[in-house]
Amino acid sequence: MEIMVAMSGGVDSAVAAALLKAQGHDVVGVTMKLWGGDSDTGCCSVSDVLDARRAADVVGVEHHVFNFGDAFDEHVVQHYVDAHEAGLTPNPCIECNRSIKFDKLLERADSLGFEMIATGHHAQIVQAVDAFGKVRRFIKRGADGAKDQSYVLHMLGQAELARTMFPIGHMSKDEVRAYAADIGMRVAHKPDSQDVCFITRAEGRPSFLRSRMDFTPGVVVDAEGEQVGAVESVQLVTIGQRKGLGLAGGDREPRYVVDVDVTSATVTVGRKEELLTLETPVRDLLWVAEPLDGPVEVQTSAHGHPTAAALSLGSEAGEAMVTWHQARPRVAPGQSVVLYWNDRVVGGALAR
Amino acid sequence: MSTSESPPIEAYLDWAASAPIRPAALDAMVQAAQTCYANPTGAHKQARKARRVVDEAREIVADALGGQPAEVVFCSGGTESDNLAVFGAQRAHGGVPMCSAIEHHAVLHPVEALNGVVLPVDAAGVLDLDAFSAALTANADGAGVSVVSVMLANNETGMIQPLGAVAELMATHAPTAALHTDAVQGFVWLDVADHAQRAHLVSITGHKFGGPNGVGALLIRRGTTISPQTIGGGQEFEVRAGTQNVAGIAGFAAAVQETVKEREQTNARVAQLRDHLVDGLLELVPGAVETGDRERKVAGSAHLIFAGIESEALLFLLERKGVYASAASSCASGAQEPSHVLAAMGVHRDDAQGSLRLSLGRDTTAQEVDHALAVIPPAVNQLLTRTGGGR
Repeated sequence: MEIMVAMSGGVDSAVAAALLKAQGHDVVGVTMKLWGGDSDTGCCSVSDVLDARRAADVVGVEHHVFNFGDAFDEHVVQHYVDAHEAGLTPNPCIECNRSIKFDKLLERADSLGFEMIATGHHAQIVQAVDAFGKVRRFIKRGADGAKDQSYVLHMLGQAELARTMFPIGHMSKDEVRAYAADIGMRVAHKPDSQDVCFITRAEGRPSFLRSRMDFTPGVVVDAEGEQVGAVESVQLVTIGQRKGLGLAGGDREPRYVVDVDVTSATVTVGRKEELLTLETPVRDLLWVAEPLDGPVEVQTSAHGHPTAAALSLGSEAGEAMVTWHQARPRVAPGQSVVLYWNDRVVGGALAR
Repeated sequence: MSTSESPPIEAYLDWAASAPIRPAALDAMVQAAQTCYANPTGAHKQARKARRVVDEAREIVADALGGQPAEVVFCSGGTESDNLAVFGAQRAHGGVPMCSAIEHHAVLHPVEALNGVVLPVDAAGVLDLDAFSAALTANADGAGVSVVSVMLANNETGMIQPLGAVAELMATHAPTAALHTDAVQGFVWLDVADHAQRAHLVSITGHKFGGPNGVGALLIRRGTTISPQTIGGGQEFEVRAGTQNVAGIAGFAAAVQETVKEREQTNARVAQLRDHLVDGLLELVPGAVETGDRERKVAGSAHLIFAGIESEALLFLLERKGVYASAASSCASGAQEPSHVLAAMGVHRDDAQGSLRLSLGRDTTAQEVDHALAVIPPAVNQLLTRTGGGR
């Protein structure tokens, strides 16, 4: 089979390419150039392209670089900025998967005649025949629970899953590294990337956003509406935040952000109990296969743990309410709320 | 996309990026590397042997560029030569540097780094002389204009720039400014001694015409002073310090000599092949547009735009069929960058994404051109149909 492997320069995608090649597939490695600005981690820097190229050499496959910079800027970076302007907490890696890797790259692979694309994500694709005889594919958590990336892949539907492979999803990170070391890859011990690839550690999120949007200074008030602090930018404040709110110190009980209203530039703080909720409304709900109602497991951050909850569909399309069995801290609006059943992703939405 | 076809037919159509080495250049290099190991700045017999190779090369290059041997400074290639000219002239005289918007990045980035003036070009990719004249007048006061850099032929479109007219305008409006020309592409096809006779600084590099990578030269006309950008042992007339790459310089000079000798014949032969290629593509690919104005291009240059496709994808398919070409310039990662040349010509960014540069050279054969004509049209068609004709 002709397979295009997205090689980030990391060990996971390098081993993904090696495994497919070893299985006898016709493999071509591709690194996407996504971000033209400064970067110290992630998939965009020249040194990562070098790592990917050298890994492709070790595997013995062709390597190409595709420049998706314009699309990345429009769909990922600008989306990230727009979300902040609206007071939301976005996850750019999810947007990148949605609009670059499993859209732009898939389209490119298609136009070049490749049957499948593969990535080095820690996730698995399982397929089953449903009660109506239809083949349905689902993302299952990666075998390495600590590295599982099913959360950031939740948007993949049947069409994308049918053309995608995650060759290392059944392996632990240690096994991946050992395999890479065995075949002499220099990336075998390369540290994992973690941060947002278009924001450098030195620059930081506030300074990156300042160059692309206007900040609105905000007042910080308590439950009674009394001003207790101030922030430089109300758009940068996240639900659950404790620091950087200009609050007086002392031996008071710690206070957390419980509400952010960008329109009135008001941040409300409260005690930890006031942060807790039993319900999280969601929007933009998409199902991997058929919709379902009732008990689900819900994960609200990339490295979070699933929590038992019940889902009830709303009257508007794409809207629903997640009811938690136990009170938990509120989910920041804009965060992805991913629904699982039996370790499989069944759907995903955005917290409202 | 089968990889089992054999034997593969290939067409190397990326001569403007780099050309195969000439056997004469390789011979000269091997000979010099074996026998001229001494440092050419030394005082003994072995050193003199090495120095003689460098001196002879300097004469060959001077003749080819229409200058004197003592005006030729060897360096590491086009980028260093361009940088040395722009930074060197600006730092020696102060004032405002200028260049055309279609210059190679080795000129454009130094001029931008010095807060210089970037001059517009017309829709065919030729310097806008009215705008140039206005810019010279506007910068006549104060420190004035330090250096004007206009390339002889553009590396993407092949369009030849009117250096004589540039020199005339400078004589009127900025008589003290230096005229630099990046003749890296032009040297392959044009008599630089004639075209650049009024330029004070001329840059060339070996690997575009069959010399080795990593060797180039800057001609600095007597009377033009530039500030050295590498200082140390005083080599190359105290303009570019560092022990000379004797073998590389020997190969470079051998390639210069052959290029000049064969130039007329090569031009005639390659222009025919190029015309056949471009006319064929225009006929076989509906909607294909030739960039610029063919009569004013160097003979080896073919540049087309296929609207609705992305050249990155096209280059991928062409490579799989053994056709090696390029689009615009590549960035450090190897990714294709949007062309600043096409942008300066007013080509819309979406159209510029579908650009293809096919550059021919002295050894290009009719078989290669036919292979390209067989491969490119179906590849463009595949991309148009499989992506729904757009992005």
